[in-house]
Amino acid sequence: MFFDSFSSFIQMGNHGIYVWLCYGFFAAIVAANFISPMITRHKVIKDLERQMRREQK
Amino acid sequence: MNALSIFKRDLLIAFRNRGELLNPLMFFLMVASLFPLAVSPDPKFLGQIAPGVIWVGALLATLLSLDLLFKTDYEDGSLEQMLLVPQPLMLLVLAKVSVHWLVAGLPLALMAPLLGLMLGLPEGGYQPLVISLLLGTPVLSLLGSIGAGLTVGLKKGGMLMPLLILPLYIPVLIFAASAVQSGVDGNSYSGHLAFIGAYLALAVVFAPIAAAAALRITTAR
Amino acid sequence: MWQALSRLYYKLGSPKWFYEISGRWMPWFLIIGSVLMVLGIVWGLAFAPADYLQGNSFRIIYIHVPAAMLSQSAYIIMAVAGLVGLVWKMKMSFIVAKVIAPIGASVAIIALVTGAIWGKPTWGTYWVWDARLTSMLILMFLYFGVIAIHNAIESEEMANKAAAVLAIVGSINIPIIKYSVEWWNTLHQPATITLTNKPTMVPEMFIPLVLTIIGFYCWFGFWVFARTRNEILLREHRTNWVKKLLISKVTANDSIVGDPETNNRAGE
Repeated sequence: MFFDSFSSFIQMGNHGIYVWLCYGFFAAIVAANFISPMITRHKVIKDLERQMRREQK
Repeated sequence: MNALSIFKRDLLIAFRNRGELLNPLMFFLMVASLFPLAVSPDPKFLGQIAPGVIWVGALLATLLSLDLLFKTDYEDGSLEQMLLVPQPLMLLVLAKVSVHWLVAGLPLALMAPLLGLMLGLPEGGYQPLVISLLLGTPVLSLLGSIGAGLTVGLKKGGMLMPLLILPLYIPVLIFAASAVQSGVDGNSYSGHLAFIGAYLALAVVFAPIAAAAALRITTAR
Repeated sequence: MWQALSRLYYKLGSPKWFYEISGRWMPWFLIIGSVLMVLGIVWGLAFAPADYLQGNSFRIIYIHVPAAMLSQSAYIIMAVAGLVGLVWKMKMSFIVAKVIAPIGASVAIIALVTGAIWGKPTWGTYWVWDARLTSMLILMFLYFGVIAIHNAIESEEMANKAAAVLAIVGSINIPIIKYSVEWWNTLHQPATITLTNKPTMVPEMFIPLVLTIIGFYCWFGFWVFARTRNEILLREHRTNWVKKLLISKVTANDSIVGDPETNNRAGE
């Protein structure tokens, strides 16, 4: 480890807020890019299933 | 059909076309970006013109977004329905303008600090910038509805509406920009904002009446 | 050899083939990408030595550079996909182009925001109108233009073609824009801020960067596949293979919860 302690890891030599803000923003957008197609897929499949069930009747 | 139902319906339509809500914001950002490229990227210089540039950008972005205020309703006939309803037309107009402001003007005001950052707006300018935009953008929407009402049926109305409304916008622009400049210089800007507030009060009362009159004129067949 | 290529061409155009192949490849993109990203980020954040000049803020490089590179590569892929769609009329190509736009835009925003935040401790300012940042901003505008076209035009076919034209024109423009902004920069000389932000790096600093770059590109592949598959399901829902796929999902669900509506149980 480059850092002596966990608290100095968080602090990053008083650059901590910049580094963690960046990584946090990055994590948020990455999460959105993973979650968004999952939600869409769920919705698409549900809608198509409903349509199919209607057509079967 | 009453003012509240129109308010809700317009809001629903706006959220159904969520992507389109971004367009005025992107335009706002782009217009602000043009000035450093066209004139000078020197941070000191940019900081001086930032209040004016941001306000002009907000103004132009609002103008562009006003085009659709009445147009879609005019094209599918619901505008004529609104003219026939017992409720006063000016209330319906007020409802539509309120949605327009929530969806177009308010986001501009909220995004302005970001532009201030990119254009090097000095610290004292941020607060008066946001407040002047929060007070001023409703005025832009209200006055804009008059121009939109006057040009709604016209096929070639595109450039005409800005020409009609821009003169009305000038007082807001002058007092808002000087409010921000005052803030930058460290002086009090409450007087400038008070003027915008007064203009807003006048606009809320009279603009819907004028817009309603304009609509009755231009949609009469 | 030509037969193999032409067979590949027809396969690429087939949504069903794409759906099957992407289903097989996706887990790999996800796993390899995630492993590389985690490895690279942990190494870069905790184990790499601090930069001599910039201190610990340089660690932002491990997400900033992959995002910047990816946003540019993705735009080119999007433009090429648009071109292929226009010239060879390949539906799949248009789908891929449409799907890349929001991903590329979000990644460009990562690059811009992380770059701005990195700028503050390093050069004292969040934003400066230099060639690289301005070009990246314009790239983001171009992405939003493509997204706006898809939103605005109702006819899918027209939207695909219009977006492809915009993407192609934009990609030709990018070198021109970059050149003009650089030339304009030499006029205005903000040379006091040298933004060549690749510090001379020892391997302990450089290797995690390579890891995160490759990992991010793998994630990009996963994201493109995920969104493309959704589009395929939507557009091809009338075909037999999609119907069979959905039925297998429905019966899988019904075997757990007997469907009270139709009184079906699994196998019936």
